[in-house]
Formats: sequence, structure tokens, C-alpha cells
Amino acid sequence: MKIEWRDVLRHGLLVVAFCFAIAAVITIIWPDKGYPHHLGYSLLIGPLIWLVIEFGRFPLRRPQDPGGWPQGWRGVALTLLGIVVGYYGGSALGDWLIGGGNAVVGAGQSQRDERVSLVVTVFAGVMGSYFFYSRGHSSALAARANAAERDASEARLKLLETQLEPHMLFNTLANLRVLIATDPPRAVEMLDRLNNYLRATLSGSRVLSHPLSAEFERLGDYLALMAVRMGERLRFRMELAPELAGLPVPPLILQPLVENSIRHGLEPKVEGGEVMVRARRSDDGAMLVIEVSDTGVGIDESQLASMAAISSGSFGLSHIRERLATVYGPQGRLELGALPGGGTRAVVHIPLNA
Amino acid sequence: MKATALIAEDEPLLAQALRAELRTAWPGLEVLAAVGDGRSAVREALARLPQVLFLDIRMPGLDGLGAAMEIADGWPVGEAPMPQLVFVTAYDEYAVQAFDAQAIDYVRKPVQSERLRRTVARVQQALAAQQQASAPEAMPQALEQALGEWRRLIGAAGAQAASANGGSPLRFISASDAGGSTVHMVPVQDVLYFEAADKYVRVLTAEREYLIRTPLKQLLPQLDAHAFWQVHRAVVVRSDAIEQVQRDESGKLWLRLRGRPEKIAVSRLYAHLFRAM
Repeated sequence: MKIEWRDVLRHGLLVVAFCFAIAAVITIIWPDKGYPHHLGYSLLIGPLIWLVIEFGRFPLRRPQDPGGWPQGWRGVALTLLGIVVGYYGGSALGDWLIGGGNAVVGAGQSQRDERVSLVVTVFAGVMGSYFFYSRGHSSALAARANAAERDASEARLKLLETQLEPHMLFNTLANLRVLIATDPPRAVEMLDRLNNYLRATLSGSRVLSHPLSAEFERLGDYLALMAVRMGERLRFRMELAPELAGLPVPPLILQPLVENSIRHGLEPKVEGGEVMVRARRSDDGAMLVIEVSDTGVGIDESQLASMAAISSGSFGLSHIRERLATVYGPQGRLELGALPGGGTRAVVHIPLNA
Repeated sequence: MKATALIAEDEPLLAQALRAELRTAWPGLEVLAAVGDGRSAVREALARLPQVLFLDIRMPGLDGLGAAMEIADGWPVGEAPMPQLVFVTAYDEYAVQAFDAQAIDYVRKPVQSERLRRTVARVQQALAAQQQASAPEAMPQALEQALGEWRRLIGAAGAQAASANGGSPLRFISASDAGGSTVHMVPVQDVLYFEAADKYVRVLTAEREYLIRTPLKQLLPQLDAHAFWQVHRAVVVRSDAIEQVQRDESGKLWLRLRGRPEKIAVSRLYAHLFRAM
């Protein structure tokens, strides 16, 4: 267990300051003893409570407790232990150091006085503990929120990187350069597609969901851009029933699948092939099922197994799985399989009641 | 200057653009064929024997490197001098770094007129030099020189990013069974040769054969270059397992390895490794 001595020193000084205040309150209750007397006791009881709690929390807390404080009954028990040890230990120490019968808790004192001073100590101990607990807790929460924000921006950046692949962008520009000279109307059309695609990619990393119809439009842009590059080697078909068009989906969740179909399925195949994107409702109506399939070179079973095992080199797939799990829990799934006639099929399942 | 060429480029618009740019930069160049994949490139090149080859590195089926190696092997050297080889590549392929590092000329996509003019000038110069040296007695040297140049180009075009294991040579080949349930660790010193076959690479030891999926291109940089020699587009052999080199009637070289019954063909590009001392 690592102890932050700077924090300990800071806590100790705060406790001492608190003791000065408590002593002032007690002086108001029993003015006859005078401030220095009460301060002496206060400075013995307070730090003792603090020491018990400060160092008692290390063996008690669990790693998941925020702010280094034991949670629940452990915290309460520790606070009570601190108060009991501090009150009786500190008082006894005070009696011995400052002088017998003049103590806060002394032989000559009335039961009432004793009870009042116990109440004051418990009150002060609880207040102090609560003060430190909530401070530690809120700074831990702030740190956690910071970390979460950092993770979120990292994820956003990664998403952007996968979607805004430089290879794709520069190849598209190279083709555009040719079209400008040879076929200006088609160049304009391609530029519009690129424009849509870039806008969707840049904003897609910021919004949480968009309608399925928008997802299909962006896939259409991407496929049209790729079709300009690949010519007749890329054919594509997209089927979306009108009643599914408005369903919300995470933006550009399907794009890596289409990209994989082209890159690993059609590009290595001399004669090219077809990419199909289809959305339907599952038979029981509870799920939205989106299928991306191709007639490319395909993958075999052992390749599938190794992809599942290491999932390296298929950042797109693991990323989709992560996104689905974050938004839909275990119901959001991605399945990948080989098609009998060659080619690959990826199926995304999204729960409709979510 | 009149010459003939073949263009192999899988993206139709870029092929069209290269053709258009070449028309301006080299009006005398006749493009005999424009193809979209490596296999077709080999077929057309060997059928039409162009003087200049523009080969895209990334193509479906057989890539530009493989196509170049097959063309080198199949080229009828008695009929026509080896063609001038020019690789075409996108900005982000590893080859670009190797080309730049070794000052090798290439065509970069998208094609830019100024750069292409320089390439054309160089190719024209080389063709002119080739025609001057075409006296019969200079033939073998000219062929050796052309093959050396092809080797250099293909070597640079095949350059890979530094391998993931930090450049230390591979010690084991891990090959899985057909079912994928068992992985065999085959010590590299037991391997006699590697042979690329369709989707797999065959790993052959004296006793048996394993299949792995890592392409030869990726495997090669991880092997000790002195211990393993590439002798063919698809074959890498352990150099100290070579027992015999035989030349058949057509002049083609064949290797025999200690511990293996089969004969292994040597590509014309790598025949220089086996010249008698």
C-alpha cells in the first residue's frame, strides 16, 4: 500500500485547525476552564481520531472504493473506532498530561458534562470524517470523469481514423483528378458523394445515432466512390424496407463491414463481385437484422477461428462489437460467416426495444 | 522515338489517365494492351513482347511483382531484348520508400505530367542504349545487365515495413493442422524450402510438409538472408541444403536438395546465384 505523505500532512494540518475551532466551541459550553485547557484536550483527542482513521483505512479499503475511503459499514465502523479510541485515549492522555480532576472527562465531573463532551467529540469526529470522505470521494469522481472523457475522445479518434482512411481518400482524389479532365459531370457527382461521405464521417463521430436510412445513404456514397475506382469489378445492391428506414442505429456502424467486403473479398478477386446490404426485422420482430454479404474470395473456417482468437488485423470487427456492446449490451451482436458459394456474410443484430 | 508498351493497372480510370498522359509525354509510344490484373499482364506481355512494361504493384490475382517475375522467366530472350520495367504505385505503399531510398524511378499515382516526362526520358535513353548494344556478341552481357536491373526493381518493390519482431530472424514456423487444433512448432533450421501455393505456403522439412498462411512476401524479411535464398517467385530454399544444380537443354536451372527427392526450378532472375566458380 502506497501512502501519499503529502496528503497525510495536509489532512493532519486540517485536523489541527479543526481542533482549534472545537476548543472554542467547548470553551463557550464550559467557560470556567478557559480556552488553553480545552485546546489541549482537543489537540489530543482530534489527532488521535484522525490517526486511527487515516491509517486504519488502508487495510480496510478495497481497490474499487473511490477516493481511498472504505465504503459502507467498513467506513462507519472505522469512524466509530476512531472516535472511541480518540475520545477515551485522548482524554486519558489529557488527564495524565494536563492534570487529574480538571479534565473534560474527569472523576469530578457530572454525568451530564461527560455526556455533552462525548456528544461534542462524536459530532466533531463524524463531521471531520464526513468532510474528508466527501472530499476524497468527489476528487475521485472528478478523476474518473476525466478518464472517461479521455477514453471517449480516444474512441472517437480511433473511429475517425478507421473511417477516414487516407488510402481511400487519396485514391478517390486520384480518380477525381482524372474525371475532372475526362468526364466533368461525373466528377461533380463524385465530388458530391465525397462531400456527403466526409461530412457524415466527421459528424458521425460526434452524434450517438442516426436513422437507418441515413446509414444506407452513407453506405451508398461510399460504395459509389469505390465503384468509380474499381469500375465493373464492384457491383452493389442495397435493400431497405420503408418501415425500417426511421430506426436509429449508431452512425457508420456498417461501414467497416462494407469496407472489409471490398478490401478482403472483392479487391483480391480478378473478376470482382457484388456487395449486398439488406436490413430486415427478425422473425420474432424483436431485432433489427442487417446483413452485409459479398461474392468475393471468401474466408474459410480456420481463418474465422483465428480471427476470433486474436482479432488482430480486424480492428474494424472488434470495434463494431465494442460499439454494439456499449449501446445495446449483450443483445447487440455481430456474426461473421463464410457463404457456401464463396464470399463472406456479416450480420449485425440490434434489439428494437432498446 | 517509336516503341511499344503494356499497361497493367486495375483501376480503370487511373489506367485511362496513364494512357492519356503517355500520349502527350511520348507520342511515339504504342500501347499494345492495357490489362487489369497480373495474370493477364503475364499473358499479354509474353504474347505481344512490348518494349516497355508499366506494372501496377497492387493488382488482384497476381500482383505486379509476381507478374514481373513470371514475365522475366517466360520472356523469349532469343527473340526480343528484356523490356524496360516501370512500376506504378500509390503514394502509401511501402515500395515508395524503397524506390526513393534507392533512387529508383517509378510512376506514382495520380500520374503527374512533369514526373512522367522524366520517366519517359529515362526509358527512352535506356531503349536507345539497348539498340546500340544489340550486336550479337554483346547479347549475354546485355541480358545479364537487364536481369540485374529487374532484380533491383523487384527487390525494392517487394520491400516490406520492418517486420514486427524487430528484425531478429524467425526461429520457429508455427503451422496448424487442418483442423486447427494442434500447432506444430517447426524449427527454422529444419526447413529445407518454402513454396507458395495458392492461398498457402508449403513448409518442407526432410520428413514432412506443413501448410502456413503467412505469404512468402511477409515471411522472407523474417528469414536470415544468408541461410535462405529466393530462387523463384514461389520458392525460397535453405542455401546449405542445395546439393546439385543442373542445367537442362533449354538452359533452365534446376536444384536438387539434400533430403528431398524433387527438383526445384530456378527463375532466370536468380540464376546468377549458381554460376560455376
